Amino acid sequence: MAALLTGRGLRCERDGRLLFDALDLDIEGGAIVELTGPNGSGKTTLLRCLAGLTGDFDGSVERFAPISYIGHRGGLNAQLTPLENLRWYAAVEGAPASAAMLQALLEQVGLAGCALTPCQQLSAGQQRRAALARLGFVSAPLWLLDEPLTALDESGCALVRDLLQAHRAAGGAAVCATHQPLQLANVQHTPLGAAA
Amino acid sequence: MWQRHPSVSRAFAAQLRRDLTIAFRAPGELVNPLMFYIMGIALFPLGVGPGAERLAEMAPGVLWVLALLSTLLSLDSLFRRDFDDGTLEQLVLNVDPLFTGVLAKVLAHWLVTGLPLAILSPVAALLLFLPASAVPTLVAALLLGTPILSLLGAVGAALTVALKRGGLLLTLITLPLYVPVLILGAGAVAAQINGVDPAAQLAWLASILALMLTLTPFAAALALRVSLE
Repeated sequence: MAALLTGRGLRCERDGRLLFDALDLDIEGGAIVELTGPNGSGKTTLLRCLAGLTGDFDGSVERFAPISYIGHRGGLNAQLTPLENLRWYAAVEGAPASAAMLQALLEQVGLAGCALTPCQQLSAGQQRRAALARLGFVSAPLWLLDEPLTALDESGCALVRDLLQAHRAAGGAAVCATHQPLQLANVQHTPLGAAA
Repeated sequence: MWQRHPSVSRAFAAQLRRDLTIAFRAPGELVNPLMFYIMGIALFPLGVGPGAERLAEMAPGVLWVLALLSTLLSLDSLFRRDFDDGTLEQLVLNVDPLFTGVLAKVLAHWLVTGLPLAILSPVAALLLFLPASAVPTLVAALLLGTPILSLLGAVGAALTVALKRGGLLLTLITLPLYVPVLILGAGAVAAQINGVDPAAQLAWLASILALMLTLTPFAAALALRVSLE
């Protein structure tokens, strides 16, 4: 399998605290990496380094494929409906976005009835589902997901597992920062927080 | 997996549509700068006295200073909400090239602040006894000048978006940059009142607009990346 991302000698300090040091990462197609560690151990920081959102770290990250990042803030505007948010993502992604397709994606994440409700009126779990809905059309082979299971119920967690399985089967890879175990087979564990 | 066909024009249109939809979902925020503009101007006859001559003399400057301040009032929200809800990260990661997304956001900002302000300005001019012959020049100068205010303001807003209380810094960064626009804009209106052709000032405003249109989207895009670090 081709490498999608490599990180070499990653080291990051925040406010005088060493988050990770001499961290090597090799992410190949089909891999699912579970980043674990206590609160404040640098999981989100590492994801942001990998995504290219911050350059404030030592070491090198090489990205060989487009990435799709979903942060702990879902990237949904509270005034807009899930459908409108999704339509914007589809447009910047260059994905086809007929109303029927987007509606089908929302149905897939169990939000068929809320497509026209502003996101601010949705529950935390529903908002997370709405944020995850766009994984249905992203073509980026590498997903970086920050706490994808937070606020989700049992069926929501199953949904994330299904999305990850399908993505893996199609040759994609994912890095998930999470506190709840993903409960998937063949997951690489990368614990953080040992350096501190 | 669906095929990826990113198109700059489609992303631009989607960004514009998104920001306009958000603006019209919160009409309170939309009318705030306009109310500030009209009410600020309405205070001058009360404070200075209703003498038509004295007010008319001050009118070009007052109309432009209030335009500057009401634009400033609306700037902080340009990127703030997107920063708070995580959309800004997605904008930086997904919109390629980023400056087109910034340009769409600035255009949306101008359409809901600068444009209505220029349209409302004849009413404001009436309050200050601006000679009717100078009103077309005022509207023309505002139509050329307010997009410059939005463009320059976007750079300041992008630089300060990550700060909890960026308002003061935003003012300090942006207001000095607004000075040329103020001088040229008020100068055009004053020239018209004094019977001088305002073409020179308007041409200067137009050329600054062209320059800012080409430079500030890049600067603001760069500033956004820095702010997200």
